[in-house]
Amino acid sequence: MNAAAKRIEVDNLKVRTLKDNFIKGLIIVLSVITISPIVLIIYELIAEGIKQINFQFILKTPPNSFEAMTALANGDIIPGGIANGITGSLLMVVMASAMAIPVGVVTGIFLYENPGKFLANLTRNISDILQGVPSIVLGLISYVWVVKSITNGFSALAGSVALAIMMLPMIVRSTEETLKMIPQSIKEAALALGVPYYKVILKVLIPTGFSGLLTGILLGISRVLGETAPLMLTALGSTIINMNITKPTSAIPLLIWEFYNDPNMIDLVWSSSLLLMIIVLTLNIISKQIAASSK
Amino acid sequence: MNSDKITKWVLLLSSFIILFVTGGMIFSLINGSIPAFKNFGFGFIFSNNWNPTEGKEIYGALPFISGTLITSVAALIISLPLSFSASLFLGEYFRGTKMAKVLGTMVDLLAGIPSIVYGLWGFYVLRPFLIDLGIPNQGFGIFTASIILAVMIIPYATSLSTEIIMMVPNELKEAAYSLGATKSEVIINVIVPSARSGIIASYILSFGRALGETMAVTMLIGNANVIPNGLFSTGNTMASVIANQFGEADGLKLSSLMAIGLLLFLITGIINGIGKFIIKKMA
Repeated sequence: MNAAAKRIEVDNLKVRTLKDNFIKGLIIVLSVITISPIVLIIYELIAEGIKQINFQFILKTPPNSFEAMTALANGDIIPGGIANGITGSLLMVVMASAMAIPVGVVTGIFLYENPGKFLANLTRNISDILQGVPSIVLGLISYVWVVKSITNGFSALAGSVALAIMMLPMIVRSTEETLKMIPQSIKEAALALGVPYYKVILKVLIPTGFSGLLTGILLGISRVLGETAPLMLTALGSTIINMNITKPTSAIPLLIWEFYNDPNMIDLVWSSSLLLMIIVLTLNIISKQIAASSK
Repeated sequence: MNSDKITKWVLLLSSFIILFVTGGMIFSLINGSIPAFKNFGFGFIFSNNWNPTEGKEIYGALPFISGTLITSVAALIISLPLSFSASLFLGEYFRGTKMAKVLGTMVDLLAGIPSIVYGLWGFYVLRPFLIDLGIPNQGFGIFTASIILAVMIIPYATSLSTEIIMMVPNELKEAAYSLGATKSEVIINVIVPSARSGIIASYILSFGRALGETMAVTMLIGNANVIPNGLFSTGNTMASVIANQFGEADGLKLSSLMAIGLLLFLITGIINGIGKFIIKKMA
């Protein structure tokens, strides 16, 4: 190789290295831009919301618009809180979990036990489709099924049905994925001892995969806790603490939506969102921790 | 009957519940939208009239279908360079490092933020910023909604395509490195071509997510029942028109909203089906 050709090759390598470093830099910059919204959003929520968070906020129901306006005019913090939203969210999420978790886990076990069978494949595909259905459509469905036919009016039951349909496919898939990771030998050991099938499920499969199941369940709960759209069509909202499942009920996201539509309540928008975010992100992080520690 | 048989039956029955729920859903949506389709025919899909005045009621879904598609496509385009960079960061450049763990966790947290909080942030923080940049209509419209939608689908697109990128066999990459390729050349010539269909599928699935988002879009799109005539025009999507108009709806209007719900169900179902099909073919 003569000197000129060598120089071209060195120059070429320089250009290529430069290009390589440029692309790496670009990817780092774009990645940082990608995660900047989470920092900005959390900053905004804390900056605007923290001043309203106190015991009263958790224990009382919201003020009416006039009370809020008076407080604002006097420079006070807005009185009252979102107790009706907290209890409503809790009520609906507990009911939704009671419907979705047993069915979801058992269906997940069915998929795990019958790999490759027609019905299992069909169920798996259908649950994938169900997972992709927009939450507002689930609200419409629960409106037709529960509001129109069962409770004859907006109700906590209708809200929880919509949330349960939303949770169901998430739990089915996470159960199946968890069980797939359990070594076959553990299950076979139990079967070889002559243990009945239901006991294998209850005493071997579920305990062994418990942390995985819990992760899926917590993620599902954290997802539905923040849902607003389906509840607008089903639970509607209420100004009082309601524990009657056939009556309209509030929820934290529904209250955020109401506060958002009332210019006097703007401070409450931020504090309720902050509280909702704290709950949702805590559930998220706990479930990730469980998943990480069981690996 | 022994206990094993009973257990098998219980498992079988529970799987029927999910089929039953989905089947019932399709039935109820079709059943609810029959009056709308009877009244307006299939012209309902292609009509841009939306007039709830009693006696002169006429409804059409075209403004909402077009609004949904335009915002979702715009969101996909905005999110593409960001989420693709993040997935290369996580799956290739800093794979397995502490930095990747931090970035990955933050991307996951983005997925945990409720839609309504995104909407609030868009309304109170992003919108004033866009007004300062000279965006018309008080900062409401397709563009603003698309930015927020893009941020909302980034975590899905990122985590799916990171997984796909990590699946590219090491031998392929090592072969290219041993020939003297730089990292970016390996990405462009080895990783992207061999992971192409999976990456496309992950963006199709995120597109499906964007189609159905409701609250954040409702708060930012301007809720005008017209076909958007540009990126900065106001508009409405299928999900947000249901959320907006549902409160005072009965009769023909309710049926029209159900019909829009049915169309939304079908569109997202088809898009998700295509995405899942490509992923399954790869595996």
